[in-house]
Amino acid sequence: MNAALVVIFLFAAFALFLGVRARRGRDMNLEQWTVAGRGFGTVFVFLLLAGEIYTTFTFLGGSGFAYGTGAPAYYILAYGTLAYILSYWMLPPIWRYAKQHNLISQPDFFARKYDSPALGVLVAVVGVIALIPYLVLQLKGLGIIVSTASYGSIGPSVAIWIGVAIVTAYVMVSGVHGSAWTAVVKDITILSLVLFLGIYLPIHYYGGYEAMFTAIDQAKPGFLALPSHGQSITWFDSTVLLTALGFFMWPQSFGSIYTARDERVFRRNAAVLPLYQLILLFVFFVGFAAILKVPGLKGPESDLALFKISVLSFDPWFVGVIGGVGVLTALVPGSMILMSAATLAANNIYRPLRPAATDAQVYRLATWLVPIVALVALYFTLSGGNTIVALLLMGYSFVTQLFPTLIASLMRRNFVTRAGAFAGILVGLVTVAACTLTHSTMATLFPFLPEGLRDLNIGIVAMVLNIAALLIVSAATQGSREPAIGPQTGTA
Amino acid sequence: MTAIKWLALVPYIAILGGVFFVNRTTPFVLGMPLELAWIVLWVIASAAIMGLLNVLDPANRENRLDRELGR
Repeated sequence: MNAALVVIFLFAAFALFLGVRARRGRDMNLEQWTVAGRGFGTVFVFLLLAGEIYTTFTFLGGSGFAYGTGAPAYYILAYGTLAYILSYWMLPPIWRYAKQHNLISQPDFFARKYDSPALGVLVAVVGVIALIPYLVLQLKGLGIIVSTASYGSIGPSVAIWIGVAIVTAYVMVSGVHGSAWTAVVKDITILSLVLFLGIYLPIHYYGGYEAMFTAIDQAKPGFLALPSHGQSITWFDSTVLLTALGFFMWPQSFGSIYTARDERVFRRNAAVLPLYQLILLFVFFVGFAAILKVPGLKGPESDLALFKISVLSFDPWFVGVIGGVGVLTALVPGSMILMSAATLAANNIYRPLRPAATDAQVYRLATWLVPIVALVALYFTLSGGNTIVALLLMGYSFVTQLFPTLIASLMRRNFVTRAGAFAGILVGLVTVAACTLTHSTMATLFPFLPEGLRDLNIGIVAMVLNIAALLIVSAATQGSREPAIGPQTGTA
Repeated sequence: MTAIKWLALVPYIAILGGVFFVNRTTPFVLGMPLELAWIVLWVIASAAIMGLLNVLDPANRENRLDRELGR
């Protein structure tokens, strides 16, 4: 047992303690478990919404992306900011409507707005399909972090089993309360850690930022600006825009909107969250610092950049701290994903099949689905190859396809009909799946396009077809529209 | 909040449109490559703009009034 391992275990044990304790003094029911009885103030909602930024994907992936590709990594900083600006106007009406109708999940919203439980089922299925690879990615990250930070003394699979056990336990007991409390610890520790690493490493190894970037630019000319092919400016713009639109479409982010106590929380957060994600800048600095110090990591290995340079630079106990924080970046988003997936399955797939089910029954089913979802994710994590990365990219594109239907439903007069909503979402999904499975890009689909446009993110195609189907089918079915949108009164 | 809300479009234009003009490494700004510095600048400016809109937003005032009147 080395010092690093002890520290990592302390972090994990503390997360378990805090997560389970978060239930204290509450009578748990479906609404408490999923959306905390709509009682969270600015800080908790802030942390849940910000939780999306600091997952293992950013911790390892953000630094790895900067290390491996350079300037294209800047997009991560840009899309969050644009998404938060959008949130100022988008989240309050969503919250208001959800409160009015006691909604607890994302599919509830679509089902209610379009008065169609079937649409809810579709959205729920999309959600579960998108969430599982996301959870798998967190677990894979967890395994990498623990095995690297413990200097190989614990294998990835053992670490993943332990992590899954912890997160399953506290999600079953405390639901979203557990996520919120562990998010507090995660954010405080990662904030201080990343600031420290991002300031210390460039100064220690290069004497300062300008010196570091000058050295990188000399070693790899052009690395710090977007290239003219591939991940070019058009790639950057289309990817930033698409990911900004998809940002709040993840079921777990959508669900955390409901936890707010009042709608001003969102407007206040829209001003603070952009600043908060500047922490990512320091994650990039770590990746950049690693380029010349631990060179030669290729492909997926570049995600290890942060850990390799840390192992090179610090004592084992401190590597343990980094590992412990890394574990939290997997557990907290993992808990949100787990809870969302279980809620979607119980509340939006099971309940429509059995309308007589009570809230108490749905709640019980949701808690017992937690270990089942966890085991499914565990299976894919331990057996799956790299196909999971493709699945994750597909997942992000999948949830983004919900955006047009959602925005239309927030309009004072929604021109999109139920059939239009189905058509738009389905066309979007099929396009995404087809493009992913055939590895299409704009260049392969439209070889006649001018060079710049060939680098557009392929998701744009799905989005355009989605909106086209939405408009055409809505226009065609406009007459048959039932006056069933009654529940909307009071929001306008 | 009327015309001023259009300020929120500025970061979109500046980030998505600006990269066409600042896609280069030098000059370094605050030690960062120009393109990175540009994005960081607009992240900070976005926070400032949204903070300003929030302060001026009448929706917040109405709610506060509701609250003082006992909801």
